[in-house]
Amino acid sequence: MTEVTLNNVVKRYGAQQAVHGISLDIADGEFVVLVGPSGCGKSTTLRMIAGLEDITDGEVAIGGRVVNDLPPRERNISMVFQNYALYPHMDVRENLGFSLKIAKRPQAEIDQAVREAAVILGLEDLMDRKPAALSGGQRQRVAMGRAIVRHPDVFLFDEPLSNLDAKLRTQMRVEIKKLHQKVGNTIIYVTHDQVEAMTLADRIVLMRDGHIVQVGTPLELFNAPVNTFVATFIGSPPMNLVDGEVTNAGMIRLTDGQEIPVPSAARAGVSVGQKVQLGFRADNLSPVGHGVFEDGEAAELDLAVSLSEPLGTETLLFAELAGIEVQGKMLNPRPVSPGERMTFRLTLGKAHVFDADSTNAIRSN
Amino acid sequence: MDRNKTHRNRRRLLKVLHFLGLFLVMAVICIPGLWIVLNSFRPTVEIMAKPPVWNPSFTLDHYRAMFGGAGEGGVPVFSYLWNSIVVSVVSTFVAILIGMSGGYAFARYRFKGKSGYFVGLMLFRAVPGVALSLPLFIVFARLGIIDTHFGLILAYVAMNVPFTIWLTDGFFRQIPKELHEAAEIDGCTRWQAFWRVEFPVARSGIASAAIFAFLTSWNEFALASQLTRSVGSKTMPVGLLDFTAEFTINWGGMCALAVLMILPALILTFIVQKHLIAGLTFGGVKG
Ligand SMILES: Nc1ncnc2c1ncn2[C@@H]1O[C@H](COP(=O)(O)OP(=O)(O)O)[C@@H](O)[C@H]1O
Ligand SMILES: [Mg+2]
Repeated sequence: MTEVTLNNVVKRYGAQQAVHGISLDIADGEFVVLVGPSGCGKSTTLRMIAGLEDITDGEVAIGGRVVNDLPPRERNISMVFQNYALYPHMDVRENLGFSLKIAKRPQAEIDQAVREAAVILGLEDLMDRKPAALSGGQRQRVAMGRAIVRHPDVFLFDEPLSNLDAKLRTQMRVEIKKLHQKVGNTIIYVTHDQVEAMTLADRIVLMRDGHIVQVGTPLELFNAPVNTFVATFIGSPPMNLVDGEVTNAGMIRLTDGQEIPVPSAARAGVSVGQKVQLGFRADNLSPVGHGVFEDGEAAELDLAVSLSEPLGTETLLFAELAGIEVQGKMLNPRPVSPGERMTFRLTLGKAHVFDADSTNAIRSN
Repeated sequence: MDRNKTHRNRRRLLKVLHFLGLFLVMAVICIPGLWIVLNSFRPTVEIMAKPPVWNPSFTLDHYRAMFGGAGEGGVPVFSYLWNSIVVSVVSTFVAILIGMSGGYAFARYRFKGKSGYFVGLMLFRAVPGVALSLPLFIVFARLGIIDTHFGLILAYVAMNVPFTIWLTDGFFRQIPKELHEAAEIDGCTRWQAFWRVEFPVARSGIASAAIFAFLTSWNEFALASQLTRSVGSKTMPVGLLDFTAEFTINWGGMCALAVLMILPALILTFIVQKHLIAGLTFGGVKG
């Protein structure tokens, strides 16, 4: 069984530290996505797992075996690169069969394995083409085929979809998920795109500046972000954050004097006078009569809409609250003219409170 | 209508000028070679005739004489050819091996003083070969490798290595490093990854570097004229000097030998021209 374990893994490039002591347990068959802004150390982490980068400090174990000093070929992993890295001088068939050929497997077995991979990825008609004669999506497929042919313990993906156009990306995303359901291997997938992370992951590892910020299922990160970074990184549109100060009446006074009750989930965690940020998603700010409202705590806000973006089943509304542009959602939309004042209902049960200094989430428990 | 016509005329004129320019340039490049080939087939009197003879006669006398005995203007053509081949082929092979390793190292590895080494190698290219001939002569004489294939090969390898390093460095640099990484993940050792993936991908570039190195050695005269003495090691370019006597130059014989010298280089270049073009327009390597 192939769980992957990182124990305090550090990567330094000279004086610069790219990865700061990351620890992570990945279960067998789990689909883990490393996500974060560009330059946060995702690729470096993945490449240390692959053996393409020396591990400065700490330990990487695959299937219970510490692999720090093993070359890539002895780790039984496959990797799909952002630029696909197909061998330009070999046709698709040779690209797919290369690893088995190096392993000196009998030709019949190679042919069999290559054929199976080709069927899974729909490459049968392209077998005699060189990579130069393939489209981006086809190259992507071949790269994935090359990865599955050798039945590795772990798949590593480094931004495999970022060179594709939006439509293909969505399509390949689905194929990768299907592939995982079919082969069931452990997958570690790197992306800077939170949508990919949300849709693919069993578990998301959100990184920033070489640190792990939060690990959890997509819904955990979405519903319980540990700080404002997670709150604004995960989800689209990003979570609205409004500055305020806690009053002794259990309210948050916004910079314009307006007051909103502290959500009960955070009430025990805040202290009077504390500077906070109130966070809420667009889904939880809707004009009265145009939202999904749950019973329970809510606040009503009278806001002027500055811009509306009709998306069909819903319309995204932009409005200013205490000097900050916030976004709300209007279900069963009707046309809205700019400048129109509407009464919005803010569902406080789904709102978050963050400490303004540390940016950490404040929760009662 | 009228506009179109003037436009078309202008385009036609430009095209004519374009061809005229090309023709002139090609003439400048080709006429000396043509002159050599033509004169190798003309009697000596015609070569030297003033005013020139415009309808040339054809003779194989120079070739006959060249291959003839020493008394009748013959030279040891086959020895020179053999020397040239041995020296050029071996020095090219060695220079490519060393140059490729060096180029690969410069392209792929980080090490201390990397740019310093690189600039140093290029500076070495700036020193004219002739300037080195006297020091080389003295050192080689001490070592007893004057007038040997080995000595000349050594000199040519040293001369060609910086250039091949520079060329192959450029070619390897254009191959994404993910290619050998993918190969290593696919089960290759670093060594296998190089020979199975990076070398074949850079093959055209390496072939063009080899052609350059070969032609440099094949045509080199200044050093060879100092470092070789006898029939046992003189190369073709030095052999040309056999046709100069104290007061006369046997132009026809010289041209005939020059033609023999050009032929192998021409044939070789022709054979690898596909690679040469691919190598010089490298960059089509996309994964
Ligand atoms: N070979 C290298 N030498 C020095 N710094 C590097 C090297 N590779 C990556 N870095 C640095 O390490 C950090 C993390 O890079 P990377 O893991 O590629 O980020 P990403 O999350 O975008 O994949 C970046 O700041 C980058 O500049
Ligand atoms: Mg990256």
